[in-house]
Amino acid sequence: MGLLSSSVSINRYYVEGKIKGPVLDTVKKGLEKHSFRENDVDPSNKTTGWTSFNNHFNPDFDGSSFVIDELFIFSLRIDKKSVSPKIIRKYFCIESDKRIRESGRGYLTANEKKAVKEQVTDSLFLRVPAVPNIYDVVWNYEKAMLWFFSNNRSANEDLEILFSASFHQPLIKIFPYTVADILLGLSDKERDLLSLLSPSKFTG
Amino acid sequence: MLDVSLTYYRYGFLGGEFLTWLWFYIVNNDQNELFDNKKVFLEIGNKIVLERKANDAVEKVTINGKDAGLEEGIISLKKGAVVKELNLLYRKEDKEWSFTITGESLGISNLKVPDIGFIESKKDVAGFVVEKVFLYDSLYQLTDGLYKKFIKLRVSNGWVTVVSDMNKWINS
Repeated sequence: MGLLSSSVSINRYYVEGKIKGPVLDTVKKGLEKHSFRENDVDPSNKTTGWTSFNNHFNPDFDGSSFVIDELFIFSLRIDKKSVSPKIIRKYFCIESDKRIRESGRGYLTANEKKAVKEQVTDSLFLRVPAVPNIYDVVWNYEKAMLWFFSNNRSANEDLEILFSASFHQPLIKIFPYTVADILLGLSDKERDLLSLLSPSKFTG
Repeated sequence: MLDVSLTYYRYGFLGGEFLTWLWFYIVNNDQNELFDNKKVFLEIGNKIVLERKANDAVEKVTINGKDAGLEEGIISLKKGAVVKELNLLYRKEDKEWSFTITGESLGISNLKVPDIGFIESKKDVAGFVVEKVFLYDSLYQLTDGLYKKFIKLRVSNGWVTVVSDMNKWINS
């Protein structure tokens, strides 16, 4: 679901701290270092990286291509592979039978079974194309605010990890307490009172 | 430094209380009291999700549809539920936003903003992005403004009166 879609979901983050040194250059380097790289040799089931907002399948952060107005705009790409457990089971059985015949023992040890399963799983994951998922990111550096265009919990976790690795700044999730504590400009007295609150009962 | 996971759970009740108060506020007050601008309106949309925790069990009630059954919602409130998700319609002059706000995170979903036409060429993209961001930001100004109103009340002595008024509304 992208920033320009007709219907969107947004999670907000507060970006804690400031970048040391030239901001544009540091952001560009962070994006480039952790840009999405196609993965045809690694059997892992998930690959993540930054990609261009305008070109999801060919990331290019040249110049200030990721800057629109006062905003940094780019996307998080998460490619996922999945293989049905039934397919893994099928190829595991075929390969196990073959190994048993070859061994002449009539059985496989637990370690051998484990190795067969890993080999079969890796081989299948290498053959399966990954499904790309794109999530847009809008980062207002001056306001220390970041919008992530998905409410998917796993995608949000991937964003937090990759952002911290790329820009060395933690993302603080915006939720009711942090909105009140960080964004509303409450007085110290109000913030103290906020920290002492406990649930109200509207009935009874 | 803020311990995010601790505060997330410790103050998790604030989101549900905010949405329950907002529902009460919308249906019981003149819109002019909610906003300074008389050309702004906020209405309950087509979905309300309520949740009640009793011992270790969680009871969830979802009400869908236009003018979503306030009656069923009030019954849930009477049993001690709070609003977990609220779909709202926001109108400002001739523009309309529809969205669902979640109490747990104050996250926005199913957000539809006023139509800004179609992108005809690559040159249009930057302009469209700026316009969309402006429209999303307008909505956050609204929700943050309402939440600020709620929090200011919540930490004030006046909250006792609000709870009493909400109790009367729920049991009326």
